[in-house]
Amino acid sequence: MQGNHGPVIHDLNAAAVHEGLSRGGRVTDVKTRVPDLIVADADIAADAADLARLAAWSRRWCPWTRADGTDGLLLDTTGSDHLRGGEAAMLADMLQAFAASGLTARLAAAPTAGAAWALARHAPGVMTVCGEGETAERLARLPVEALRLDGETALLLNRLGLKTVGALGAVPREALMRRFRSRREAWRNPVIRLDQAFGRLAEPLKPGLPDTPLRAVKRLVEPVGGMENVTVIVKALLDDLCPEMEKRGAGARRLKLTGYRTDGGTSSVYVAVSRASREPGHLAKLFAHRIDRLDCGYGFDAMTLDVMAFDPMDSEAQDLEGKSAADVDVTRLIDRLTARLGPEAVMRPAAQGSHLPERAEVYTHAGKPGGGAVRTERARPLRLLPYPQEAQVLYAVPEGPPARLVWQRRTRRLVRSEGPERIAPEWWREKSTTRLRDYYRVEDEAGRRYWIYREGLPDDGRGGAPRWFVHGLDA
Amino acid sequence: MKDARSKKPDLTLVSPFLRSGDTLERPEKAETGERAGTRAEGPDFPAGRAELTEIFASGGDAGAAGFALAQLPAGKPLLWVQDRLSALEAGRPHGGGLTRFGADPDRLILVCARDAGDVLWTMEEGLKCAALGGVIGEVWGAARALDFTASKRLALRAERTGIAVTLLRFSAPEDLSAARRRWRVMSLPSAPHPGDPKAPGAPRWRVELFRARDRTPGVWEAEYDGASHRLRLAAPLPDPALAPPQLRTAGG
Repeated sequence: MQGNHGPVIHDLNAAAVHEGLSRGGRVTDVKTRVPDLIVADADIAADAADLARLAAWSRRWCPWTRADGTDGLLLDTTGSDHLRGGEAAMLADMLQAFAASGLTARLAAAPTAGAAWALARHAPGVMTVCGEGETAERLARLPVEALRLDGETALLLNRLGLKTVGALGAVPREALMRRFRSRREAWRNPVIRLDQAFGRLAEPLKPGLPDTPLRAVKRLVEPVGGMENVTVIVKALLDDLCPEMEKRGAGARRLKLTGYRTDGGTSSVYVAVSRASREPGHLAKLFAHRIDRLDCGYGFDAMTLDVMAFDPMDSEAQDLEGKSAADVDVTRLIDRLTARLGPEAVMRPAAQGSHLPERAEVYTHAGKPGGGAVRTERARPLRLLPYPQEAQVLYAVPEGPPARLVWQRRTRRLVRSEGPERIAPEWWREKSTTRLRDYYRVEDEAGRRYWIYREGLPDDGRGGAPRWFVHGLDA
Repeated sequence: MKDARSKKPDLTLVSPFLRSGDTLERPEKAETGERAGTRAEGPDFPAGRAELTEIFASGGDAGAAGFALAQLPAGKPLLWVQDRLSALEAGRPHGGGLTRFGADPDRLILVCARDAGDVLWTMEEGLKCAALGGVIGEVWGAARALDFTASKRLALRAERTGIAVTLLRFSAPEDLSAARRRWRVMSLPSAPHPGDPKAPGAPRWRVELFRARDRTPGVWEAEYDGASHRLRLAAPLPDPALAPPQLRTAGG
C-alpha cells in the first residue's frame, strides 16, 4: 500500500509480527531491519470480495452472517448453536472448518456483538465462549482497544490512565458522558461502545443477504371480479411497483400477477418481456392479453404482483423529442406480440454451427439474445420449405444437369441450372448411412426458381438410387 | 383503365373509418400520360412508400416475395407475418436469401400466425412501432377476416405511421380491397447470368398493376438489381388485354 513516503505495510503474517513489525511501517525502513522480508502488493478490493464470499459460506452455521470490517465475520448464532451441540462444540466445528480451508481463525461467542469482537481479538486463546452474565468479568482485563474504538480515542483513554475495559467501566457514567458528549460516532465514543458491549444498547446485525423480493400488494375492501376491475388494480399495482424498481435500478423480465379468491384459492398469470422494463404503461398492455385467463371465482379480495426475474437497468435515455430508441420500440413490439401469440410464434433467425441449410439457420424466439442470422457467400433461396419435399428428376444426359422436375404432381421443364454445391453429411451427428447432398439452383421455363438437391450418389453404397428433394423456392 | 370493381370503394362510402388526423384527399393524378403499355418508359417506384400494397401471386411462386422486398427500404427492421398455410406451402423466409434482396436477416421478426385474423392483428400491432422499415403479411387463399374493412384499417394506419405495408396473397381471389396499389406478379425467365450462360441470373418478373390510386395501371417487366437495391421496370409488355394468352395462364 502506498503511504505518504513510499509503500507502507498494509497487513502482515504471524512470523512478521514475531519479528516485531507492525502495520503502517514503511517498507524501506523495515527492509533494513529484516532483509529477507517478502513483500506483496495489497489488493483491498479482492480482500473485501473474499471476505464477503466467506460470509456467505459461513451461513452454513446460522442464517445471519455479515463481513465485519476488513478482517472479521459476524454471525448471529442465536437459536442455531444447539443444532451443533452448544456454543463450544459449534466454535470447535468452525475452527476445524476454517483450518480445513487453510485459514487460521480466532473465535469468540458472546451475548453481544461488541463482546464477541473484543474476545475474538484480544482474549488469550483462539477460542472463547462467554456465557450470559459473564461479559463484564471477561472483558474487564482486556485493553480499551477491544471496544472497537479508533486509534485516537484509544490513545486518549490510555493517556487518561484508563487502560482496560474494567477501568473504563469503573468510571462514573455521567463523567464519561460529559467528557465525550460531542462525539456522535460510535467508534469515537467509548460510552456507546461500552453500552453495546454490555448489551445496554441494541446493535442489530444486518446480514448481507440479497434484497427483499420486489412485490406490490393491494388488499381490496370488496371482492372484485371482471376484466375492467382487474385491469384497474393491475395499473395500481404497477404504479406501486415501478418506482420501487427504479429505486433499485432494476427492470422486470418476468412478472407474476396473483389473485387471492374469497373462496380460498389463488389464480396466477405470468408475463415475460424480452428487454427489462419498468414502464407501467408497457407492462399493463402485456397484462391486458393475460387477465382473461385469471379465474376470479367469487371475486378476489387481494392481489399481488411479484417480480420473478429482473435485470439491472439504468434510467432509459430518451432523445429530445421524448421518443425512446428504435430498438426499444422493436423489443416492445416483440413483447406485445409474444403476450398474445405465444413465444413460439414470434421468431428471429439464428445461426448455428452447421453446413446443412435446415440446421445452419433455425428460428428461435425473437426476444432471446444470441447470435444473428447466417452470413454465407453461397447462393441461398429466398424461402426454405419447412422440410424437404421429395420430387422426381430426369436428366438429359447421364450425370448431367437436371432436365425435368416432377414435383407436386406437375412436370416442369428445367431450362437453366447451376450446381452442384455439395454438402457432406455431419458424420459426428448422424448415422453412417446418411448420404451427401448435391444442391442445384434450377429454373423452369416459366421462370420459377427452385433449390433442389440429390441425396446420395448412384454408387455410394448407402442405399439404392439417389433421391431428389425440393428444399427451397427462390424469387 | 380501372375496372368497375375497383371503383366501388369510393371514399364517401367509408367515411366512418375516417379520423380527424387522416389525410385522405385524393392525390392528384400525377401523370395522365398515355395509356399504359404503349410507351417504353416505366414508372419509378421509390422504396418504402408508406401505403398498403397488395401483391397477388400463385401458390408456389416465390417471385412475389422478392418483388415485395424490392419495394421496401433496405436494411431496416422488418416484420414478416405468415399464416400457417403460407409457411407450410411456400416456406419460411431464409436469412441467407434475404440478404440478396436488401433485407437484413438480423433485424427480421418472423411471426407464424394461426389464421388470417391473427395475421391482420399482428400487422396492425406492427404498425404501432415506428422503428420498423416495413411489414409483410402473407395470407393463403381466400380469407374471410381479410375483407374491405380490414384492408381499409391497414391502409389508413400505414399512412398515419409512415410504414410500408405489403400484403402477399397466394392463390387468392382478387376481391374488394382498400390497398392503394394492387399488383399481380409472376416470375419470368431470369436475366442472363454474367459468368455462366446456363445458370439462372438476376430475377425478372412480369408485374401488372391492376389498381392504383395515383397511377395508370399497366404491365411491366421488372428486373431487380441486388447491388443497388433498385427495381427496374423495363421494356413494358403490351396492354394486359392484348397480352399473349400463354403468359397469363402460365401461373397456374
